Amino acid sequence: MKITIDELTKVFYKKGQSLTALEGIDLNIQDGEFVCLLGPSGCGKTTLLRILAGLEKPSTGSFEIAASGKERPLQSMVFQERGVIPWLTVKENVAFGLKMRHLPKSVVQERTAFYLEKVGLDKFARLYPKELSGGMKQRVSIARAFANDPEILLMDEPFAALDEQNKFILQEELLSIWEETKKTVLFITHSIDEALLLSDRILLMSSQPGRITEEIKIEMPRPRTMEEVRADQTMTEHFVKIRSHLDSEVQGSRT
Amino acid sequence: MKDQYRDPFAVEQEEWKKRQWKNRWKQLLTFSSPIFILVLWEFLSRTGLVDARFFPPPTEIVGTFIAMSASGELFHHIGISLFRIFSGFLLGVIPAVIIGLFMGLYSPIRHFLSPLIMALMPIPTLALLPIILIIFGVGEVSKIVTIAGSVFFPVVINTVAGVVNIDRIYLDVANNYGANSKHFFFKIALPGALPVMIEGIQMGQAIALLTIVAAEMMGANSGIGYLIWTSYNAFLLKEMFVGLVLISFFGYLFSLILRGLQTKLLPWR
Repeated sequence: MKITIDELTKVFYKKGQSLTALEGIDLNIQDGEFVCLLGPSGCGKTTLLRILAGLEKPSTGSFEIAASGKERPLQSMVFQERGVIPWLTVKENVAFGLKMRHLPKSVVQERTAFYLEKVGLDKFARLYPKELSGGMKQRVSIARAFANDPEILLMDEPFAALDEQNKFILQEELLSIWEETKKTVLFITHSIDEALLLSDRILLMSSQPGRITEEIKIEMPRPRTMEEVRADQTMTEHFVKIRSHLDSEVQGSRT
Repeated sequence: MKDQYRDPFAVEQEEWKKRQWKNRWKQLLTFSSPIFILVLWEFLSRTGLVDARFFPPPTEIVGTFIAMSASGELFHHIGISLFRIFSGFLLGVIPAVIIGLFMGLYSPIRHFLSPLIMALMPIPTLALLPIILIIFGVGEVSKIVTIAGSVFFPVVINTVAGVVNIDRIYLDVANNYGANSKHFFFKIALPGALPVMIEGIQMGQAIALLTIVAAEMMGANSGIGYLIWTSYNAFLLKEMFVGLVLISFFGYLFSLILRGLQTKLLPWR
């Protein structure tokens, strides 16, 4: 197992009021698996990711990310579009994690250049993020995480702010990089299409308290394209099932 | 209907020319206001509509300026004032930036120091000048300290605000990618706070000029402020105006320099 989460609960407490963001999360993710967490907003999926990213502490329970014994960071996060640091150039952003770890200059150079080329930003290396489009910024964020070569990758709705066309392009680019590296990925989204295209396994979450209520294995062979996913009969059934699940979640939280 | 036969490129070119002309007109307006005031002043003074003893015509002030430059005395005053401004400025800005970054990054330090800063800030440094003179004597140090004191506060407050207002997501990114406290300081806090910090420095620069003139009026025997004050006392109003114009000139020059520095230091904005 690459990621083991055991009875993890997170409660936010503020002046006599408490909110159970996550309750009794049990989860095992295998090495090289691409898992999507899908749920309505406010269901605690971001909280779970932030806990794994070391940005938040669980209230009770525990989690473990298995180390492979190599000199690798445990996890790196692909943040939303805003996560690209505006005062660093594209290249400095991609090299950020490597520099923080004080790797030799030649290694930093080489890996940065490699992933800049992979995401097609080598010509824009010296620009500042303000000069980039939303899609290009997100490529920077992806390159930064992959260049860091972590044990697992965490992705927090990285494509949520993009327009439909760019979203498709980036999803497929992400898949092609992922297929080369076979990293373990935990990906948060509220888009069903996105989850179907990317995942080996989709976890559906309920909100308040946030629990994992359903698990769907996606067996469709890779490489996949959005057209194939849309045309596939089983995928359509999955879509309808997930859709009705999410609908009932949102309706339930309203009443 | 005739519009159909017109060349759309020609139409747009016409529009563009109009916009260009408007821009040039605006530039002209910017230049014209000081010139207009000077001409008006000259006219009123020459015709005796205002008392030329109090408001000597600008051309005569320029004459006085040339005469004073020729004697070399003027440059001595300018030099000593600039030296005081620069040293005081640096002595105020450098600690303000360092303390401000620490206060912004570490909330215990912020909570500990901010009441002191809030309490000291409203006291005009000039009001402390007598005490400063007692402690540091009548030499250069007391003037430099006075300027440093008045520059310090706007810079420290803006630096703290700059760090505190850095979008949390950048701190998350730095945390997630394993930044240590040195990285936080130099890669996140300093560059992230820089835009707001520079605004504070702009403010400090203006305050430094106000302070130097007043400080030199009260306890100095050289400098532009001294020149203004002694000329006024001796009723040499042309000389006094030369001093005032110099202050105005340097204020403008410093803002231009800082604005240039801003685009150099913040290429990412």
